[in-house]
Amino acid sequence: MSSRLTRLWDPLFKGTTAVLAYLVLTLLVAICLALLHEGWAAFKTFGWHFLISKAWDPANNKFGALIPIYGTLVSSLIAVVIAVPVSLGIALFITELAPRWLRQPVAAAIELLAAIPSIIFGMWGLFAFAPWFSNYEPWINDHLGSIPGIGALFRGPPFGIGMLTAGIILAIMIIPFIAAIMREVFLLTPPLLKESAYGVGATTWEVVRNVVLPYTRTAVSGGIFLGLGRALGETMAVTFVIGNAHSVSASLLNPGYSIAAALANEFTEAFSPLYKSSLIALGFILFVITFIILVLAKLLLMRLERAQGETT
Amino acid sequence: MDLRYLRRRVTNVFNLGMAVLTTLLGLFWLFWILYTTARYGYHSLGLRLFTQDTPPPGAPGGLRNAFVGSLIMIGVGIVVGTPIGVLAGTYLAEFAGRKRIGEIVRFFNDILLSAPSIVLGLFVYSVVVTTMGNFSGLAGGLALAIVLLPVVVRTTDEMLRLVPSTMREAAMALGSPYWRVVLQVTYRAARSGILTGVLLGVARISGETAPLLFTALNDQFWSTNLARPMANVPVTIFQFAMSPYSGWQHLAWAGALVATLAVLGLSIFSRFLIRQRNN
Repeated sequence: MSSRLTRLWDPLFKGTTAVLAYLVLTLLVAICLALLHEGWAAFKTFGWHFLISKAWDPANNKFGALIPIYGTLVSSLIAVVIAVPVSLGIALFITELAPRWLRQPVAAAIELLAAIPSIIFGMWGLFAFAPWFSNYEPWINDHLGSIPGIGALFRGPPFGIGMLTAGIILAIMIIPFIAAIMREVFLLTPPLLKESAYGVGATTWEVVRNVVLPYTRTAVSGGIFLGLGRALGETMAVTFVIGNAHSVSASLLNPGYSIAAALANEFTEAFSPLYKSSLIALGFILFVITFIILVLAKLLLMRLERAQGETT
Repeated sequence: MDLRYLRRRVTNVFNLGMAVLTTLLGLFWLFWILYTTARYGYHSLGLRLFTQDTPPPGAPGGLRNAFVGSLIMIGVGIVVGTPIGVLAGTYLAEFAGRKRIGEIVRFFNDILLSAPSIVLGLFVYSVVVTTMGNFSGLAGGLALAIVLLPVVVRTTDEMLRLVPSTMREAAMALGSPYWRVVLQVTYRAARSGILTGVLLGVARISGETAPLLFTALNDQFWSTNLARPMANVPVTIFQFAMSPYSGWQHLAWAGALVATLAVLGLSIFSRFLIRQRNN
Protein backbone atom coordinates (compact mmCIF):
# COMPACT_ATOMS: atom_id res chain seq x y z
CA MET A 1 0.00 0.00 0.00
CA SER A 2 2.60 2.49 1.06
CA SER A 3 4.86 1.62 -1.86
CA ARG A 4 2.00 2.15 -4.31
CA LEU A 5 1.40 5.55 -2.71
CA THR A 6 5.05 6.35 -3.06
CA ARG A 7 4.96 5.48 -6.72
CA LEU A 8 2.04 7.83 -7.09
CA TRP A 9 3.84 10.74 -5.48
CA ASP A 10 6.53 11.03 -8.11
CA PRO A 11 4.31 11.63 -11.16
CA LEU A 12 2.10 13.85 -9.00
CA PHE A 13 5.06 16.04 -8.05
CA LYS A 14 6.35 16.19 -11.58
CA GLY A 15 2.86 16.91 -12.91
CA THR A 16 2.27 19.76 -10.47
CA THR A 17 5.54 21.46 -11.28
CA ALA A 18 4.93 20.97 -15.00
CA VAL A 19 1.47 22.53 -14.84
CA LEU A 20 2.84 25.54 -12.96
CA ALA A 21 5.70 25.93 -15.44
CA TYR A 22 3.20 25.94 -18.31
CA LEU A 23 1.24 28.53 -16.34
CA VAL A 24 4.03 30.99 -17.10
CA LEU A 25 3.45 30.44 -20.81
CA THR A 26 -0.30 30.57 -20.39
CA LEU A 27 0.01 33.83 -18.50
CA LEU A 28 1.73 35.54 -21.41
CA VAL A 29 -0.92 34.31 -23.85
CA ALA A 30 -3.68 35.27 -21.39
CA ILE A 31 -2.30 38.80 -21.05
CA CYS A 32 -2.30 39.18 -24.80
CA LEU A 33 -5.84 37.82 -25.21
CA ALA A 34 -7.31 39.74 -22.29
CA LEU A 35 -5.95 43.06 -23.52
CA LEU A 36 -7.06 42.34 -27.07
CA HIS A 37 -10.52 41.40 -25.82
CA GLU A 38 -10.93 44.52 -23.69
CA GLY A 39 -9.47 46.74 -26.37
CA TRP A 40 -11.51 45.20 -29.15
CA ALA A 41 -14.22 47.85 -29.01
CA ALA A 42 -11.67 50.52 -29.85
CA PHE A 43 -10.09 48.52 -32.67
CA LYS A 44 -13.52 47.71 -34.09
CA THR A 45 -14.78 51.29 -33.89
CA PHE A 46 -11.73 52.97 -35.36
CA GLY A 47 -10.14 50.15 -37.36
CA TRP A 48 -6.61 50.68 -38.62
CA HIS A 49 -7.25 54.37 -38.32
CA PHE A 50 -6.72 53.99 -34.57
CA LEU A 51 -3.01 53.53 -35.12
CA ILE A 52 -2.50 56.62 -37.27
CA SER A 53 -5.02 59.04 -35.83
CA LYS A 54 -3.89 62.00 -33.77
CA ALA A 55 -7.34 62.52 -32.26
CA TRP A 56 -7.79 62.13 -28.50
CA ASP A 57 -11.11 63.66 -27.65
CA PRO A 58 -12.89 61.93 -24.77
CA ALA A 59 -15.84 64.36 -24.91
CA ASN A 60 -16.67 63.31 -28.47
CA ASN A 61 -15.48 59.71 -28.16
CA LYS A 62 -12.77 60.10 -30.79
CA PHE A 63 -9.54 58.27 -30.05
CA GLY A 64 -6.29 57.63 -31.87
CA ALA A 65 -3.02 56.16 -30.72
CA LEU A 66 -0.52 58.08 -32.81
CA ILE A 67 0.58 60.69 -30.26
CA PRO A 68 1.21 58.29 -27.36
CA ILE A 69 2.94 55.81 -29.69
CA TYR A 70 5.11 58.60 -31.07
CA GLY A 71 6.00 59.83 -27.57
CA THR A 72 6.79 56.33 -26.34
CA LEU A 73 9.09 55.59 -29.26
CA VAL A 74 10.83 58.97 -29.30
CA SER A 75 11.47 59.15 -25.55
CA SER A 76 12.81 55.58 -25.57
CA LEU A 77 15.04 56.27 -28.56
CA ILE A 78 16.51 59.32 -26.83
CA ALA A 79 17.11 57.11 -23.82
CA VAL A 80 18.95 54.48 -25.86
CA VAL A 81 21.04 57.09 -27.71
CA ILE A 82 22.22 58.50 -24.37
CA ALA A 83 22.45 55.23 -22.46
CA VAL A 84 24.51 53.20 -24.94
CA PRO A 85 27.72 55.28 -24.88
CA VAL A 86 27.47 55.80 -21.12
CA SER A 87 26.92 52.08 -20.49
CA LEU A 88 29.81 51.25 -22.79
CA GLY A 89 32.03 53.59 -20.79
CA ILE A 90 30.94 52.06 -17.51
CA ALA A 91 31.43 48.49 -18.76
CA LEU A 92 34.82 49.45 -20.16
CA PHE A 93 35.85 51.03 -16.90
CA ILE A 94 34.80 48.04 -14.85
CA THR A 95 36.28 45.36 -17.10
CA GLU A 96 39.45 47.00 -18.39
CA LEU A 97 40.45 50.01 -16.31
CA ALA A 98 39.45 49.76 -12.69
CA PRO A 99 41.82 48.14 -10.23
CA ARG A 100 40.51 44.79 -9.07
CA TRP A 101 39.36 46.00 -5.64
CA LEU A 102 37.26 48.75 -7.19
CA ARG A 103 35.39 46.62 -9.75
CA GLN A 104 32.86 44.96 -7.50
CA PRO A 105 31.84 48.11 -5.57
CA VAL A 106 31.40 50.18 -8.73
CA ALA A 107 29.41 47.42 -10.44
CA ALA A 108 27.23 47.05 -7.34
CA ALA A 109 26.62 50.81 -7.10
CA ILE A 110 25.56 51.02 -10.74
CA GLU A 111 23.24 48.07 -10.19
CA LEU A 112 21.69 49.81 -7.19
CA LEU A 113 20.55 52.47 -9.63
CA ALA A 114 18.29 49.79 -11.11
CA ALA A 115 16.86 48.96 -7.70
CA ILE A 116 15.56 52.47 -7.03
CA PRO A 117 11.77 52.46 -7.55
CA SER A 118 10.74 54.21 -10.73
CA ILE A 119 8.43 56.60 -8.89
CA ILE A 120 11.51 57.98 -7.07
CA PHE A 121 13.09 58.68 -10.46
CA GLY A 122 9.90 60.49 -11.36
CA MET A 123 9.85 62.68 -8.25
CA TRP A 124 13.53 63.41 -8.51
CA GLY A 125 13.06 64.20 -12.18
CA LEU A 126 10.21 66.60 -11.58
CA PHE A 127 11.44 68.36 -8.44
CA ALA A 128 15.23 68.24 -8.75
CA PHE A 129 16.35 67.46 -12.29
CA ALA A 130 13.79 69.44 -14.32
CA PRO A 131 14.31 72.79 -12.51
CA TRP A 132 18.07 72.37 -12.88
CA PHE A 133 17.81 71.28 -16.49
CA SER A 134 15.54 74.19 -17.44
CA ASN A 135 18.46 76.56 -16.73
CA TYR A 136 20.36 74.95 -19.57
CA GLU A 137 17.56 74.68 -22.06
CA PRO A 138 18.06 78.25 -23.35
CA TRP A 139 21.65 77.23 -24.03
CA ILE A 140 20.42 74.17 -25.95
CA ASN A 141 18.09 76.47 -27.86
CA ASP A 142 20.87 78.85 -28.77
CA HIS A 143 23.54 76.36 -29.68
CA LEU A 144 21.94 73.12 -30.84
CA GLY A 145 18.80 74.87 -32.13
CA SER A 146 20.77 76.71 -34.79
CA ILE A 147 22.22 73.57 -36.38
CA PRO A 148 20.60 73.18 -39.78
CA GLY A 149 18.54 70.03 -40.19
CA ILE A 150 18.34 68.76 -36.64
CA GLY A 151 18.08 72.23 -35.11
CA ALA A 152 14.28 72.06 -34.99
CA LEU A 153 14.58 69.22 -32.49
CA PHE A 154 16.19 71.52 -29.96
CA ARG A 155 14.14 74.68 -30.29
CA GLY A 156 11.47 75.02 -27.67
CA PRO A 157 10.34 76.56 -24.43
CA PRO A 158 12.58 76.04 -21.37
CA PHE A 159 9.97 74.22 -19.23
CA GLY A 160 12.41 71.67 -17.90
CA ILE A 161 9.90 68.94 -18.54
CA GLY A 162 9.25 67.36 -21.91
CA MET A 163 10.35 64.65 -24.27
CA LEU A 164 14.09 65.26 -23.81
CA THR A 165 13.89 65.24 -20.00
CA ALA A 166 11.88 62.01 -20.12
CA GLY A 167 14.48 60.51 -22.44
CA ILE A 168 17.36 61.51 -20.15
CA ILE A 169 15.69 60.03 -17.09
CA LEU A 170 14.81 56.84 -18.97
CA ALA A 171 18.46 56.68 -20.00
CA ILE A 172 19.57 56.78 -16.36
CA MET A 173 17.08 54.01 -15.59
CA ILE A 174 18.22 51.65 -18.36
CA ILE A 175 21.97 52.25 -18.03
CA PRO A 176 22.33 49.66 -15.24
CA PHE A 177 20.70 46.97 -17.41
CA ILE A 178 22.74 47.68 -20.53
CA ALA A 179 25.97 48.19 -18.57
CA ALA A 180 25.50 44.91 -16.66
CA ILE A 181 25.07 42.92 -19.88
CA MET A 182 27.99 44.65 -21.58
CA ARG A 183 30.15 43.98 -18.55
CA GLU A 184 29.20 40.31 -18.45
CA VAL A 185 29.78 39.66 -22.13
CA PHE A 186 33.01 41.67 -22.26
CA LEU A 187 34.38 39.27 -19.68
CA LEU A 188 33.49 36.38 -21.99
CA THR A 189 35.96 37.53 -24.64
CA PRO A 190 38.68 34.85 -24.75
CA PRO A 191 41.80 36.28 -23.06
CA LEU A 192 43.90 34.73 -25.81
CA LEU A 193 42.36 37.01 -28.44
CA LYS A 194 42.90 40.09 -26.31
CA GLU A 195 46.45 39.17 -25.42
CA SER A 196 47.32 38.57 -29.06
CA ALA A 197 46.11 42.07 -29.88
CA TYR A 198 48.08 43.56 -27.01
CA GLY A 199 51.03 41.51 -28.21
CA VAL A 200 51.10 43.20 -31.60
CA GLY A 201 51.03 46.56 -29.87
CA ALA A 202 47.35 47.53 -29.78
CA THR A 203 46.25 50.12 -27.21
CA THR A 204 43.51 49.28 -24.68
CA TRP A 205 40.98 51.19 -26.73
CA GLU A 206 42.00 49.40 -29.92
CA VAL A 207 41.60 46.05 -28.19
CA VAL A 208 38.10 47.02 -27.10
CA ARG A 209 37.23 48.50 -30.48
CA ASN A 210 38.68 45.74 -32.66
CA VAL A 211 38.54 42.61 -30.53
CA VAL A 212 36.09 42.83 -27.63
CA LEU A 213 33.27 44.69 -29.40
CA PRO A 214 33.30 42.58 -32.58
CA TYR A 215 33.37 39.40 -30.51
CA THR A 216 30.45 40.46 -28.30
CA ARG A 217 28.53 42.40 -30.95
CA THR A 218 25.34 40.34 -30.99
CA ALA A 219 25.07 40.12 -27.22
CA VAL A 220 25.75 43.84 -26.85
CA SER A 221 22.95 44.63 -29.28
CA GLY A 222 20.79 42.20 -27.31
CA GLY A 223 21.53 44.22 -24.19
CA ILE A 224 20.65 47.43 -26.00
CA PHE A 225 17.32 45.99 -27.12
CA LEU A 226 16.66 44.81 -23.59
CA GLY A 227 17.23 48.37 -22.38
CA LEU A 228 14.95 49.66 -25.12
CA GLY A 229 12.25 47.21 -24.03
CA ARG A 230 12.54 48.46 -20.46
CA ALA A 231 12.38 52.10 -21.56
CA LEU A 232 9.28 51.58 -23.69
CA GLY A 233 7.20 50.26 -20.82
CA GLU A 234 8.50 52.50 -18.08
CA THR A 235 5.58 54.29 -16.52
CA MET A 236 5.94 56.34 -13.38
CA ALA A 237 9.16 58.23 -14.14
CA VAL A 238 7.86 59.23 -17.55
CA THR A 239 4.46 60.25 -16.23
CA PHE A 240 6.12 62.78 -13.93
CA VAL A 241 8.37 64.48 -16.47
CA ILE A 242 7.09 64.02 -20.02
CA GLY A 243 4.61 66.87 -19.61
CA ASN A 244 1.48 64.91 -20.47
CA ALA A 245 0.53 67.12 -23.38
CA HIS A 246 -1.55 65.50 -26.05
CA SER A 247 0.27 67.05 -28.96
CA VAL A 248 2.94 66.08 -31.40
CA SER A 249 5.77 68.52 -31.94
CA ALA A 250 9.07 68.55 -33.73
CA SER A 251 10.87 69.94 -30.69
CA LEU A 252 12.14 67.54 -28.05
CA LEU A 253 11.90 70.33 -25.49
CA ASN A 254 8.13 70.44 -25.83
CA PRO A 255 5.94 68.33 -23.54
CA GLY A 256 4.71 65.08 -25.03
CA TYR A 257 2.88 61.93 -24.00
CA SER A 258 3.55 58.22 -23.84
CA ILE A 259 1.32 55.14 -23.79
CA ALA A 260 2.26 54.26 -20.23
CA ALA A 261 1.72 57.85 -19.05
CA ALA A 262 -1.68 57.97 -20.75
CA LEU A 263 -2.70 54.80 -18.93
CA ALA A 264 -1.41 56.03 -15.57
CA ASN A 265 -3.11 59.40 -15.88
CA GLU A 266 -6.40 58.64 -17.52
CA PHE A 267 -7.41 55.06 -16.89
CA THR A 268 -9.23 55.45 -13.59
CA GLU A 269 -10.95 58.57 -14.90
CA ALA A 270 -12.09 57.09 -18.20
CA PHE A 271 -15.83 57.60 -18.06
CA SER A 272 -17.10 55.93 -21.22
CA PRO A 273 -16.62 52.28 -22.23
CA LEU A 274 -15.05 53.32 -25.53
CA TYR A 275 -12.61 55.60 -23.69
CA LYS A 276 -11.58 52.73 -21.41
CA SER A 277 -11.36 50.33 -24.32
CA SER A 278 -9.16 52.75 -26.25
CA LEU A 279 -6.78 52.98 -23.30
CA ILE A 280 -6.60 49.19 -23.03
CA ALA A 281 -6.01 49.05 -26.78
CA LEU A 282 -3.06 51.39 -26.16
CA GLY A 283 -1.84 48.93 -23.52
CA PHE A 284 -2.16 46.11 -26.06
CA ILE A 285 -0.08 48.06 -28.58
CA LEU A 286 2.56 48.70 -25.91
CA PHE A 287 2.58 45.01 -25.03
CA VAL A 288 3.05 43.98 -28.66
CA ILE A 289 5.86 46.50 -29.25
CA THR A 290 7.78 45.53 -26.11
CA PHE A 291 7.17 41.84 -26.78
CA ILE A 292 8.79 42.09 -30.22
CA ILE A 293 11.73 44.11 -28.88
CA LEU A 294 12.29 41.73 -25.95
CA VAL A 295 12.10 38.61 -28.15
CA LEU A 296 14.70 40.20 -30.42
CA ALA A 297 16.85 41.02 -27.40
CA LYS A 298 16.66 37.46 -26.05
CA LEU A 299 17.47 35.91 -29.43
CA LEU A 300 20.53 38.13 -29.82
CA LEU A 301 21.69 37.36 -26.29
CA MET A 302 21.24 33.63 -26.83
CA ARG A 303 23.52 33.62 -29.85
CA LEU A 304 26.61 34.39 -27.80
CA GLU A 305 25.51 31.88 -25.16
CA ARG A 306 25.24 29.21 -27.82
CA ALA A 307 28.60 30.12 -29.33
CA GLN A 308 30.10 29.89 -25.84
CA GLY A 309 28.52 26.49 -25.38
CA GLU A 310 30.17 25.25 -28.56
CA THR A 311 33.66 26.47 -27.76
CA THR A 312 33.82 25.36 -24.16
CA MET B 1 54.90 57.55 -38.48
CA ASP B 2 55.38 59.30 -35.18
CA LEU B 3 52.24 61.33 -35.75
CA ARG B 4 50.18 58.21 -36.30
CA TYR B 5 51.48 56.72 -33.09
CA LEU B 6 50.65 59.91 -31.24
CA ARG B 7 47.14 59.90 -32.67
CA ARG B 8 46.56 56.35 -31.50
CA ARG B 9 47.75 57.21 -28.03
CA VAL B 10 45.61 60.32 -27.83
CA THR B 11 42.55 58.37 -29.01
CA ASN B 12 43.26 55.73 -26.41
CA VAL B 13 43.67 58.17 -23.53
CA PHE B 14 40.65 60.20 -24.62
CA ASN B 15 38.34 57.19 -24.86
CA LEU B 16 39.51 55.67 -21.60
CA GLY B 17 39.11 59.08 -20.00
CA MET B 18 35.54 59.16 -21.27
CA ALA B 19 34.99 55.72 -19.73
CA VAL B 20 36.07 57.06 -16.33
CA LEU B 21 33.87 60.13 -16.79
CA THR B 22 30.78 58.12 -17.73
CA THR B 23 31.28 55.88 -14.70
CA LEU B 24 31.50 58.94 -12.48
CA LEU B 25 28.37 60.27 -14.19
CA GLY B 26 26.51 57.05 -13.37
CA LEU B 27 27.58 57.19 -9.74
CA PHE B 28 26.80 60.92 -9.62
CA TRP B 29 23.17 60.25 -10.62
CA LEU B 30 22.83 57.58 -7.97
CA PHE B 31 24.05 59.96 -5.28
CA TRP B 32 22.05 62.91 -6.56
CA ILE B 33 18.83 60.89 -6.50
CA LEU B 34 19.54 59.50 -3.03
CA TYR B 35 20.53 62.95 -1.77
CA THR B 36 17.35 64.56 -3.11
CA THR B 37 15.19 61.85 -1.56
CA ALA B 38 17.00 62.09 1.77
CA ARG B 39 16.95 65.90 1.90
CA TYR B 40 13.26 66.34 1.13
CA GLY B 41 12.16 63.22 2.97
CA TYR B 42 14.09 63.84 6.16
CA HIS B 43 12.05 66.90 7.16
CA SER B 44 8.80 64.99 7.20
CA LEU B 45 10.06 61.91 8.95
CA GLY B 46 8.65 61.36 12.40
CA LEU B 47 6.70 58.98 14.50
CA ARG B 48 3.48 60.47 13.15
CA LEU B 49 4.30 59.00 9.75
CA PHE B 50 3.67 55.52 11.12
CA THR B 51 0.91 56.21 13.64
CA GLN B 52 -1.52 58.36 11.67
CA ASP B 53 -3.49 57.78 8.51
CA THR B 54 -3.34 59.85 5.33
CA PRO B 55 -4.85 63.26 6.05
CA PRO B 56 -7.12 65.48 3.96
CA PRO B 57 -5.25 68.40 2.38
CA GLY B 58 -3.97 70.90 4.92
CA ALA B 59 -4.27 68.63 7.96
CA PRO B 60 -1.40 66.84 9.67
CA GLY B 61 -1.15 63.10 9.26
CA GLY B 62 0.97 60.13 8.34
CA LEU B 63 0.99 57.18 6.00
CA ARG B 64 0.06 54.39 8.42
CA ASN B 65 -2.79 52.99 6.30
CA ALA B 66 -0.62 53.12 3.18
CA PHE B 67 2.24 51.25 4.85
CA VAL B 68 -0.12 48.59 6.18
CA GLY B 69 -1.90 48.26 2.84
CA SER B 70 1.40 47.91 1.01
CA LEU B 71 2.59 45.25 3.46
CA ILE B 72 -0.65 43.30 3.06
CA MET B 73 -0.49 43.37 -0.73
CA ILE B 74 3.21 42.50 -0.79
CA GLY B 75 2.27 39.62 1.52
CA VAL B 76 -0.40 38.43 -0.92
CA GLY B 77 2.12 38.75 -3.75
CA ILE B 78 4.65 36.62 -1.88
CA VAL B 79 2.12 34.01 -0.78
CA VAL B 80 0.77 33.59 -4.32
CA GLY B 81 3.92 34.19 -6.35
CA THR B 82 6.58 32.30 -4.40
CA PRO B 83 5.16 28.74 -4.31
CA ILE B 84 4.10 28.87 -7.96
CA GLY B 85 7.45 30.34 -8.95
CA VAL B 86 9.49 27.85 -6.93
CA LEU B 87 7.57 24.85 -8.28
CA ALA B 88 7.70 26.10 -11.88
CA GLY B 89 11.43 26.72 -11.47
CA THR B 90 11.75 23.20 -10.04
CA TYR B 91 10.20 21.78 -13.19
CA LEU B 92 12.66 23.69 -15.36
CA ALA B 93 15.73 22.62 -13.38
CA GLU B 94 14.81 19.10 -12.30
CA PHE B 95 12.59 17.73 -15.04
CA ALA B 96 12.95 19.81 -18.18
CA GLY B 97 16.71 20.26 -18.15
CA ARG B 98 17.88 21.03 -21.68
CA LYS B 99 14.64 19.78 -23.26
CA ARG B 100 12.96 22.01 -25.78
CA ILE B 101 9.91 22.73 -23.60
CA GLY B 102 12.19 23.87 -20.80
CA GLU B 103 14.01 26.26 -23.10
CA ILE B 104 10.71 27.67 -24.36
CA VAL B 105 9.39 28.28 -20.84
CA ARG B 106 12.70 29.88 -19.85
CA PHE B 107 12.59 32.11 -22.92
CA PHE B 108 9.09 33.41 -22.26
CA ASN B 109 9.68 33.66 -18.53
CA ASP B 110 12.49 36.11 -19.32
CA ILE B 111 10.12 38.08 -21.54
CA LEU B 112 7.59 38.21 -18.69
CA LEU B 113 10.41 39.39 -16.43
CA SER B 114 10.96 42.47 -18.56
CA ALA B 115 7.35 43.06 -19.63
CA PRO B 116 6.01 46.51 -18.71
CA SER B 117 4.49 46.27 -15.27
CA ILE B 118 1.69 48.64 -16.22
CA VAL B 119 0.52 46.11 -18.78
CA LEU B 120 0.47 43.43 -16.08
CA GLY B 121 -1.69 45.75 -14.00
CA LEU B 122 -3.99 46.25 -16.96
CA PHE B 123 -4.26 42.48 -17.33
CA VAL B 124 -5.23 41.99 -13.68
CA TYR B 125 -7.73 44.83 -14.08
CA SER B 126 -9.39 43.18 -17.05
CA VAL B 127 -9.51 39.75 -15.41
CA VAL B 128 -9.96 40.35 -11.66
CA VAL B 129 -11.31 43.87 -11.23
CA THR B 130 -13.97 43.60 -13.93
CA THR B 131 -15.06 40.23 -12.51
CA MET B 132 -15.24 41.42 -8.91
CA GLY B 133 -16.83 44.66 -9.96
CA ASN B 134 -14.51 46.93 -8.00
CA PHE B 135 -10.87 47.74 -7.32
CA SER B 136 -9.46 45.65 -4.51
CA GLY B 137 -6.41 44.90 -2.42
CA LEU B 138 -6.63 41.32 -3.64
CA ALA B 139 -6.27 42.45 -7.27
CA GLY B 140 -3.28 44.57 -6.23
CA GLY B 141 -1.66 41.61 -4.51
CA LEU B 142 -2.23 39.41 -7.56
CA ALA B 143 -0.69 42.03 -9.84
CA LEU B 144 2.37 42.09 -7.58
CA ALA B 145 2.45 38.27 -7.64
CA ILE B 146 2.67 38.37 -11.44
CA VAL B 147 5.59 40.81 -11.22
CA LEU B 148 7.29 38.59 -8.63
CA LEU B 149 6.64 35.24 -10.36
CA PRO B 150 9.21 35.37 -13.20
CA VAL B 151 11.94 36.55 -10.79
CA VAL B 152 11.34 33.53 -8.55
CA VAL B 153 11.07 31.09 -11.48
CA ARG B 154 14.37 32.27 -12.85
CA THR B 155 16.38 32.20 -9.63
CA THR B 156 14.92 28.86 -8.53
CA ASP B 157 15.84 27.36 -11.89
CA GLU B 158 19.36 28.78 -11.76
CA MET B 159 20.00 27.87 -8.14
CA LEU B 160 18.72 24.30 -8.47
CA ARG B 161 20.86 23.73 -11.53
CA LEU B 162 23.89 24.75 -9.49
CA VAL B 163 23.30 21.86 -7.10
CA PRO B 164 25.73 19.08 -8.09
CA SER B 165 23.94 16.07 -9.54
CA THR B 166 26.09 13.79 -7.39
CA MET B 167 24.02 14.93 -4.40
CA ARG B 168 20.81 13.82 -6.12
CA GLU B 169 22.38 10.56 -7.17
CA ALA B 170 23.62 9.86 -3.65
CA ALA B 171 20.13 10.36 -2.26
CA MET B 172 18.55 8.24 -4.98
CA ALA B 173 21.04 5.47 -4.38
CA LEU B 174 19.67 5.29 -0.85
CA GLY B 175 16.32 4.45 -2.40
CA SER B 176 14.64 7.77 -1.97
CA PRO B 177 11.92 8.66 -4.52
CA TYR B 178 12.67 11.68 -6.71
CA TRP B 179 10.18 14.05 -5.06
CA ARG B 180 11.84 13.43 -1.71
CA VAL B 181 15.26 14.01 -3.23
CA VAL B 182 14.07 17.38 -4.52
CA LEU B 183 12.31 18.39 -1.32
CA GLN B 184 14.91 17.21 1.14
CA VAL B 185 18.20 17.41 -0.71
CA THR B 186 18.25 19.84 -3.62
CA TYR B 187 15.91 22.40 -2.03
CA ARG B 188 18.00 22.32 1.09
CA ALA B 189 21.20 22.81 -0.86
CA ALA B 190 19.74 25.70 -2.88
CA ARG B 191 17.73 27.22 -0.03
CA SER B 192 19.72 30.39 0.52
CA GLY B 193 19.98 31.04 -3.22
CA ILE B 194 16.24 30.72 -3.73
CA LEU B 195 15.61 32.90 -0.69
CA THR B 196 17.88 35.55 -2.17
CA GLY B 197 15.91 35.47 -5.39
CA VAL B 198 12.65 35.89 -3.52
CA LEU B 199 14.12 38.81 -1.55
CA LEU B 200 15.28 40.52 -4.73
CA GLY B 201 11.81 40.02 -6.17
CA VAL B 202 10.19 41.43 -3.04
CA ALA B 203 12.48 44.45 -3.28
CA ARG B 204 11.23 44.96 -6.79
CA ILE B 205 7.52 44.68 -6.02
CA SER B 206 7.84 46.91 -2.96
CA GLY B 207 8.53 49.90 -5.16
CA GLU B 208 6.16 49.05 -8.00
CA THR B 209 3.51 51.67 -8.61
CA ALA B 210 2.19 50.99 -12.08
CA PRO B 211 0.59 47.57 -11.41
CA LEU B 212 -1.32 48.97 -8.43
CA LEU B 213 -2.83 51.98 -10.20
CA PHE B 214 -5.81 50.13 -11.60
CA THR B 215 -5.94 47.15 -9.32
CA ALA B 216 -5.72 48.25 -5.69
CA LEU B 217 -6.37 51.89 -6.62
CA ASN B 218 -5.90 53.68 -3.31
CA ASP B 219 -7.83 54.48 -0.17
CA GLN B 220 -7.62 57.48 2.09
CA PHE B 221 -8.72 55.58 5.15
CA TRP B 222 -7.67 52.62 7.24
CA SER B 223 -8.82 49.38 5.67
CA THR B 224 -7.58 45.82 5.77
CA ASN B 225 -10.38 44.39 3.67
CA LEU B 226 -8.84 42.64 0.68
CA ALA B 227 -12.10 42.88 -1.27
CA ARG B 228 -12.08 46.69 -1.20
CA PRO B 229 -9.69 49.28 -2.64
CA MET B 230 -6.61 49.46 -0.48
CA ALA B 231 -4.24 52.27 0.46
CA ASN B 232 -0.63 51.70 -0.55
CA VAL B 233 2.59 53.66 -0.42
CA PRO B 234 3.51 54.00 -4.11
CA VAL B 235 0.13 55.20 -5.36
CA THR B 236 -0.21 57.52 -2.35
CA ILE B 237 3.21 58.98 -3.12
CA PHE B 238 2.13 59.46 -6.74
CA GLN B 239 -1.09 61.26 -5.81
CA PHE B 240 0.46 63.36 -3.07
CA ALA B 241 3.53 64.34 -5.07
CA MET B 242 1.40 65.50 -7.99
CA SER B 243 -0.95 67.46 -5.72
CA PRO B 244 -0.64 71.21 -5.18
CA TYR B 245 -0.77 70.89 -1.34
CA SER B 246 2.57 71.26 0.40
CA GLY B 247 1.53 69.04 3.33
CA TRP B 248 0.78 66.20 0.92
CA GLN B 249 4.02 66.78 -0.96
CA HIS B 250 6.02 66.54 2.28
CA LEU B 251 4.31 63.26 3.09
CA ALA B 252 5.06 62.02 -0.40
CA TRP B 253 8.78 62.70 0.11
CA ALA B 254 8.74 61.02 3.51
CA GLY B 255 7.07 57.97 1.96
CA ALA B 256 9.55 58.05 -0.90
CA LEU B 257 12.46 58.08 1.53
CA VAL B 258 11.10 55.17 3.55
CA ALA B 259 10.28 53.18 0.40
CA THR B 260 13.72 53.82 -1.10
CA LEU B 261 15.49 52.82 2.12
CA ALA B 262 13.41 49.65 2.37
CA VAL B 263 13.98 48.65 -1.25
CA LEU B 264 17.69 49.46 -1.27
CA GLY B 265 18.13 47.78 2.11
CA LEU B 266 16.48 44.61 0.80
CA SER B 267 18.55 44.51 -2.35
CA ILE B 268 21.82 45.22 -0.54
CA PHE B 269 20.97 42.53 2.00
CA SER B 270 20.21 39.95 -0.69
CA ARG B 271 23.39 40.83 -2.60
CA PHE B 272 25.26 40.35 0.65
CA LEU B 273 23.67 36.89 0.94
CA ILE B 274 24.79 36.03 -2.59
CA ARG B 275 28.33 37.11 -1.76
CA GLN B 276 28.32 35.01 1.41
CA ARG B 277 27.15 32.04 -0.60
CA ASN B 278 29.78 32.46 -3.26
CA ASN B 279 32.49 32.60 -0.65
